[in-house]
Amino acid sequence: MRELTKGFIKENPIFILMLGLCPALAVSTQVVNALGMSAGVIFVLLGSNIMVSLLKNFIPDEIHIPVYIVIIATFVTLVDLLMQAYAPALSRSLGVFVQLIVVNCIILGRAEAFASKNGVKDSIMDALSMGLGFFFGLTLIALIREVLGAGTITLFPMGNFNGVIEVPGLVQAPVRIISLSAGALFVVGYLKAMFNWISSRPGKEEI
Amino acid sequence: MSYFAILITYVFISNLILAQFLGLCPFIGVSKNVESAVGMGFAVTFVMSIASLVTWALYHFILLPLGLTYLQTIVFILTIASLVQLVEMVVQKYSPVLYKALGIYLPLITTNCAVMGIALINIQSGYNVLESFTAGIAAGIGFLLAIVLMSAIRVQMETEKVPRFLKGAPIAFISGGLMAMAFMAFDKALLNNLVG
Repeated sequence: MRELTKGFIKENPIFILMLGLCPALAVSTQVVNALGMSAGVIFVLLGSNIMVSLLKNFIPDEIHIPVYIVIIATFVTLVDLLMQAYAPALSRSLGVFVQLIVVNCIILGRAEAFASKNGVKDSIMDALSMGLGFFFGLTLIALIREVLGAGTITLFPMGNFNGVIEVPGLVQAPVRIISLSAGALFVVGYLKAMFNWISSRPGKEEI
Repeated sequence: MSYFAILITYVFISNLILAQFLGLCPFIGVSKNVESAVGMGFAVTFVMSIASLVTWALYHFILLPLGLTYLQTIVFILTIASLVQLVEMVVQKYSPVLYKALGIYLPLITTNCAVMGIALINIQSGYNVLESFTAGIAAGIGFLLAIVLMSAIRVQMETEKVPRFLKGAPIAFISGGLMAMAFMAFDKALLNNLVG
């Protein structure tokens, strides 16, 4: 259980470990993009962590990084093709960032730091924890940016619901800068400061 | 698009770091002093321009004719990783001075999403070989510009009084945001005025 919850705050990949920032900023203009991106990252992370921990005794030490990269790239290609087939709209709005999951440092980082040293079960837990932490961080950024920057919350359309929730007051006069590139950097900066504050409070080490 | 337009586009208008968020990790990680920022910037420019050429050739001469475009991601990342190794070895052998300056930054570039990003953007935009090369160089120069500016700001910030929780990365992000705001002045209108 500890393995599973460590990713949320204590070892949050985005805010504490500062890994995987590029996609976090680029796709966080809409909540729906953040959800799609997180799903992709969780899938790749799970797949690569499982494969790496299964194969850890067979991979020669000298070439372990290239081997990990091939494993990761295979899963990224899978995600890319699946997304193009079943969620073409999402695939279009994420653009090159789906393929760029391959250079997302979280995944290579976890393969190297965790899956190559631990068993399959722990590696799955680690992947889920990091993946959910990434999901939490990314969705938080996207929520703040979309609510303030556009005054809407975009989710998947279901039945009568077209997938867009409008926030009264903000939708008429949104703070446009937040949804632009500069705003993304501001939001991450202040959130990181908030995480620093949370983790430095005395007696709160065990979140 | 003319070569000049491509240059302006990737240096200023869609600056990889400030407008597209590619290569943020080195932008925050290696910008603590000006010297290492310059080293990283030149190393990235160097690898990016070569990677643009090589990935373009691989895509158009091997992947496309054989109908293997779905292998793009795997092929590109492996190409970039081995290219970085190769560049490192060549530079070490033939130019010890350059190696001394760029050496420690080269291995870090493999997981720099800016290099992979520009390779994918080149293919997506349908550039020809020279346009891809220009885009690679321009994106590298844009990266260099942003990271050097950032490091100068951060050196200055060392002596300033920064609130405790904003120290380090948060204040770097916020200054990056202010820089991105300044770069927003460069837009398509500027390009139209320049090249008509």
